[in-house]
Amino acid sequence: MSDVKYSKEHEWLKLDGDVATIGITKHATEMLGDIVFAELPEKGSSVEKDSTAGVVESTKAASDVYTPISGEVVDANQAIVEDPSKINADPEGEAWFFKLKIKDIKELDTLMNKDEYDKFAKESSQ
Amino acid sequence: MTKKTSLYNLHKKYGAKLVEFAGYEMPIQYKDGIIQEHKFTRSKCGIFDVSHMGQLFIYGKENLTKDLENIFPTDLKKLNINQSKYSFLMDENAGIYDDLIITKILEGYLIILNAACKDNDFKIIKTKLGNTYNLQLKEDLSLIALQGPEAKTILEKKVKGVSKLKFMNGEKYKFLDINIFISRSGYTGEDGFEISIDNNYVEKFVEEMLNEGAKMIGLGARDTLRMEAGLCLYGNDIDKNTTPIEANLKWAISKNRIDTEYPGSKIIKKQIQSGVEKIRVGIKPVNRVIARGNTRVFNKDDKEIGKITSGTFGPSVDHSIAMGYVENEYSKLNTKLFLEIRGKKIPANICDLPFYKKKYVKGEINV
Repeated sequence: MSDVKYSKEHEWLKLDGDVATIGITKHATEMLGDIVFAELPEKGSSVEKDSTAGVVESTKAASDVYTPISGEVVDANQAIVEDPSKINADPEGEAWFFKLKIKDIKELDTLMNKDEYDKFAKESSQ
Repeated sequence: MTKKTSLYNLHKKYGAKLVEFAGYEMPIQYKDGIIQEHKFTRSKCGIFDVSHMGQLFIYGKENLTKDLENIFPTDLKKLNINQSKYSFLMDENAGIYDDLIITKILEGYLIILNAACKDNDFKIIKTKLGNTYNLQLKEDLSLIALQGPEAKTILEKKVKGVSKLKFMNGEKYKFLDINIFISRSGYTGEDGFEISIDNNYVEKFVEEMLNEGAKMIGLGARDTLRMEAGLCLYGNDIDKNTTPIEANLKWAISKNRIDTEYPGSKIIKKQIQSGVEKIRVGIKPVNRVIARGNTRVFNKDDKEIGKITSGTFGPSVDHSIAMGYVENEYSKLNTKLFLEIRGKKIPANICDLPFYKKKYVKGEINV
């Protein structure tokens, strides 16, 4: 999992060639509680780094999902729209949110590695 | 500084996530999470710490009933000892200061108040009653709700005879060497009990219920349970800008009090006779999207016709559910409307309250 990057908005990103798979972190799901609704960006649309690309709602509140990098949406995981509880069950695996064809690989430099993120998550939840 | 209930340490022991609610540090959920806690209450038995709510005792004899009828729209004369009624504290415009449960007790009356309203309620009631009566907002008592289909059998094991209580009736019982007051009531749409017990004994009492198979349930699931049951939350669904008639709670105004006087009585009578402009309804969005409080409601011609006051995902009805106020002409069952959520107009339908109907064995609740 060393090739996984993390954002301050609690998204993870895994790069495979020029396609990035993006989801929300386990820490994010623990803060949100039971997720009951997910909305994803449309396939073919373009998203800009740090802009809203989706929504998750828990029984408690709604939260925006931001894209940590810019690109074109090449796939969106409809399985989590149909059964949002999958996000709590396996947020950093099966329950990915969307895939982007990335625009600028340099944008990845602004993201954190796992150790940095774990530290950040621990500090931000205190 | 936030206050703690007597169960604070027990909440921590069972892994509660604590949040500030009405000035108290309260459990929003425990380890299982809101959905599991909700379903456990519907299928077995949940315990809720509601000790933040006010327990107002008013001591007095015959005249007290008459004097309280000048404050509340409830026929208190008809209440038997230990019988409870849902009622309201209102201003002169029939705006709701609080919704509450009044129980007639041997020594006078016990009124259960919302945590966020209790101090203001106390002032209002005290001012209206004058110095004739002794009023006590008890801080030495905790309040516990035991809710769900197994509540009856679990509680009966420790409190003999309690399963004979009828809905909205209570009784004094013994737990160890102390008196406790139990009524058959709740806020979940399930059969259940509410137990008023000395702060020094509440932890012991709850541990015994947990040993018998009940589980701790947080305020998160309490909210989803009450929404499925179509029940109002003060501050969301009712407040000083809504009347009981607009809130579709006319049933809680005693019939023989409609022509008598209490704060707001003129407005209540007028609204019963000539109707209201807005009314509280149940609303279901067509998809899983959640309509939170303050979501704007539109008709098919894009005219704004109302506002959502509560909304969530209902775990037992497996659907997004909401309630709110719409202009009266749009309140008919199955009327199609639109909810503005994150800039999009989501289709929705007016539907019956409650969303979740308990399949009681006939007569079971009134044994």
